[in-house]
Order: sequence, then C-alpha cells, then structure tokens
Amino acid sequence: MSTVVALACLRPEMLLAHETLPAVPVATDHGVDGSELLILLYIFILASFLGHQLILRVPPLLHTPLMSGTNAISGISLVGSLVAAGLAEPVICNVLGGLAVGCAMCNVVGGFAITDRMLAKFRKGSR
Amino acid sequence: MQGLAELVPMSTEWLYLAAAVLFIVGIRDLSSAETARRGNLLAACGMILAIVGTMQHGLIVQWGWIVVGMVAGGVIGLVMAVFMPMTAMPERIAIVNGLGGAASGLVGICEVIRHVILPPEGTSASDFSSFHVGVAGLEIMLGAMTFTGSIVAFGKLRGLISTRPMTYPFQNVVNIGWLLVMLYLIFGLVVGSLDPVFFFVLAGMALLFGVMFVLPIGGADMPVVIAMLNAYSGLAAAATGFVLSNKVLIIAGALDGSSGLLLSLLMCRAMNRSLTNVLFGAVGGSGGGAQFSGGELQGDPQSISTVEAAERLFDARRVIIVPGYGMAAAGAHFAIREMADVLKERGISVKYAIHPVAGRMPGHMNVLLADANVPYDDLVEMEEINPEFAETDVALVMGANDICNPAARTAEGSPIYGMPILDVDKAAQVIVIKRSMSPGFAGIPNELFVAPNCAMLFGDGKQVAEQLIETLSL
Repeated sequence: MSTVVALACLRPEMLLAHETLPAVPVATDHGVDGSELLILLYIFILASFLGHQLILRVPPLLHTPLMSGTNAISGISLVGSLVAAGLAEPVICNVLGGLAVGCAMCNVVGGFAITDRMLAKFRKGSR
Repeated sequence: MQGLAELVPMSTEWLYLAAAVLFIVGIRDLSSAETARRGNLLAACGMILAIVGTMQHGLIVQWGWIVVGMVAGGVIGLVMAVFMPMTAMPERIAIVNGLGGAASGLVGICEVIRHVILPPEGTSASDFSSFHVGVAGLEIMLGAMTFTGSIVAFGKLRGLISTRPMTYPFQNVVNIGWLLVMLYLIFGLVVGSLDPVFFFVLAGMALLFGVMFVLPIGGADMPVVIAMLNAYSGLAAAATGFVLSNKVLIIAGALDGSSGLLLSLLMCRAMNRSLTNVLFGAVGGSGGGAQFSGGELQGDPQSISTVEAAERLFDARRVIIVPGYGMAAAGAHFAIREMADVLKERGISVKYAIHPVAGRMPGHMNVLLADANVPYDDLVEMEEINPEFAETDVALVMGANDICNPAARTAEGSPIYGMPILDVDKAAQVIVIKRSMSPGFAGIPNELFVAPNCAMLFGDGKQVAEQLIETLSL
C-alpha cells in the first residue's frame, strides 16, 4: 500500500491516468467546453468568497503587508507570461511574453521580498 | 513537439493545486502578526511551485525570452525590495502593482495574436470561443488600465504629479462614456462584428482610461486608489486564468481581487464615503466638496515653544501620539520613537493612535512605526483608543489633520462630515506639531487648533521631534 502512495506522490499522473486517457485530446490548450467553463466560474466565485473571509480577519495593523503580499500573489500572471514567452511562434508573442515575464517577475520577487522585509520589522514589545 | 495530451502534464496540475493551497494558507497566516511572516513565505513557495509547474508546459519550446525576462525582472524586483526605504512603500506598491497589470495585459494581447490574428495552421480563429474573446478583452482592458493608473498613482505619491485632483467639466460623464465605449468594443469583438484589430484600440483606450481615472483623485484618497488598483490587477490575473483555463491563476486572481476590493471598501467606510464618491468625487480639489468652507476659525491658536511642550510632556502620565501623513512626509517616525523612548524611561505611558486612513495607503502608519522599531502592541486602532483620550494628559498630534478634525462630528455638509475621527480634543491637553495653520487635505480649517486645550508647536516634524528629545534629555 505504502509503495502505491509513494509512487502516486512521485508520479501523480498515474493515479488519474485512467481519467485523462479516454478523453479526446484537445487541439489547443483552450479546450474549454461549457461544463469546464462552469467549473472555472465555480472556482472563481468560491475563491472570491474565501478571499473575502480571509481578508476580513486581517487586522488593520497588517493591511500594508497584506496588500503587498496579495500584490505579489497577483504576479501569478507570470504563469501565463512564461507560456507566451516560450511558444514556438509567432515571434511577436515571444517578445511580448518576455516583457510580461519581466514585469510579472519584478512583481513577484519584489512583492514577496519587500513583504518579508516589512514583516520582519513588526515585533511585539516586551517593555 | 510533444503529444497534445501532454501539453499540460498532470504533474503541473498537482503543482498548481499545491500552489493554490499555499496561497490560501499564506493569506490566512497574514491575519496575525506572529504568523504573518510565515504566511508570506508559504505564498512565495506557492509561487515557486506554480513557476516550476509551468516550466513543464508542453507549449514551451524555447527558453531565451523566459530566461531574459526572469533574470531582468527578478533583479529589478529584488533591488527595489532591498534598497527602497520604507517611506517609499506606497509608491512602490503602486508601481509594482502596475507591472502585474501590464503582465496580464500583455499575455492577453499574446493570446489574441496567436489565436485570432495569426491562428496556427490547422486551427482557425473559431477555436478561440466567444467566451475567450470576452475574457481576453476584459483582461486586456483591466491590465492596461491597472498599468497606467498605477503609474499615475506612483507619480502622485512620489510628488511628481500634483496630488491635488485634476478636474475639468463633465469629467465623470467623459470617463463613464469612455468606459462604456470600451465595454461596447469588447461586446463587438465577442459577437464578431468588429475586426480583431479593435483589440489594440481597446488596449490603447484602456491605457488612457487608467490615466483619466486616477488623475482626478486626490492624494488623501490614495489608500482607496491603491487598493482598487490592487483589485484590478487581481481581476486581470483571474481573467487570464479564464483565457488559459488555468485554475491557479483564477484562484490567485480572485484572492487578490477580493482583497483589494475589501480593503478599498474598508478605507471608504473609515472616511464615511461611498466608493463612488471617492472615485468620482475629486475631494480636495477645485471642484465639488472642497468648495465647502467651514467658515473662518473663531479665535487665535496658541503657539508654544519646544521647551514648554517638553514641560507639558514631562508632567504627563499618559501620552498618546497621533501620527498622520505629515509624519511620513517629514520622515519623523524615527525621531518620534526616540522621543517616546525618553518619555517611557520616565515612566510615562506612550501609545500611538492609528486612524485607518492615516497616510497614503492602508496600514501606512503601522509600517512606518514598525520600521522605526515601535512594538506593534503600542499601535492602537481608533475604536480601541478613542475612549482613552478622556484619560490622557497629552495628545501629541504629529502631521495629522483631517483625521482629528472635530468638524467631522458637527459640520454638516463638510466633505469629512460623518467620518469617524480620533477624539483627540477630549484629551486634557493637545499639542499639534505642524508647519503652519494650513488646512488638511480636505481643505477644511481644523477647529481643534483653536480649542482652549490645544497648543500649536510650529516647525518641521523631524526637527521639532529632535529638539524635543534634546530638551527632554537635559
């Protein structure tokens, strides 16, 4: 049993292989049909509510680090930028994608680093 | 090229899932000062997983542009993070946020180019469904307006552009009309009545819209603007997620979007204004609310010297310091903390009263004072500290104005009427450190300054604080 779990951890695709194989391979990376669109909308809506609840709990003390941290998280558009920059063609996409990677990377690295620097300064008083 | 089914390998999906969980747990940990740093690290780990996962994407066949972009962006981001002083935090957040928006917008344009304008052989533009066209349009619009809006916000915060709102007649009509035209363009693109070239028109219009939208908003309303722009860049990222059917993008974008929106609403509530009033009201400028004049102040302010102020502080048992944007502008936070240390050594209790919209971004005062080594349990929120003013001997107002203007309680029709304020005037004595008698950002004279229990200590915040330290240490 444990080997199966270990294997699954290493090669998670094995677990789900039977689900993905019979599906007709989609011709693009945009294989969204109606049901998947709905799933994406569910995810968006649930994540928005979750975000709302999580952020409500953050005290005003930490609002700046919160903003700077979520700001860094929004640099997740890096994921899309990477694909655009690495496409086989057209070159214009590579250029724009490369630029986008630069912007998003600046956002991500700068955002997390400065948030950490900021949070390191918050200390509890002992006096 | 790899097999089509392997474009997004399962391992990537698992890494994305882990990344999404880490983002959520990370934000949860940000809710307490003790765990916040760990939360930020967790979110950063999530980002690394997302990047590693993306690297395995089947469509990525060349690495040149990726490496160049990552190295350049990473170095710039790191340099900014390490060398930017804490006082420059609002503008830093603005500019970096703009870059996030730009990245989303650029990805949107790439998607449009490669699917609609130059579809690869064997596929046609119709593979890109009308839904995709719509979200790509939204993505480009949000990304572009976040980019330029953030640059204008940066300029205002840095003082490169006048922080006074710039207004012209029918501004709101023009802005709303402009927005409607952009939405119409997206609609036209979706139903196919417009040529795809209009995507670029849309991008251009959105770039201009960002400028038009932020220019009329005054400097004191920047906390709301920064939070809003944060929300836009999150929504742009979520739209990118819809275009790419990428769930981690959608989750992270939604988290960021709701965080920005909620923060801007909280900031608005703290000013007792609606979001529309902040975004379209242009308070602090030549038009609208600033026309209100609360009349001249009755009576003369009493001015005291540093020595007198020091004496009053020494005679006090309880002192509350009320910081405002002026403290940030004067860079006086280190001096203030040193002064507080001197007082504390004498057994005087010192606390800081933090108004939710003090400064230029949510939580601005907290970050500055934390930077100056003030322990965060000395920073007390408005609701909690307001009852304490009545038992306070000296309230020391440092570069704050509108947030402690009693006109907010009484002067109906004033732009700040109804805004919750710090009850500074209830303290036995008030000392206001200020350059001149000029009104605060909202342009309303402050009755507090002529109140019988209030004394003005004129001068530059930092110099005054340093003189106070000197006098107190004698």
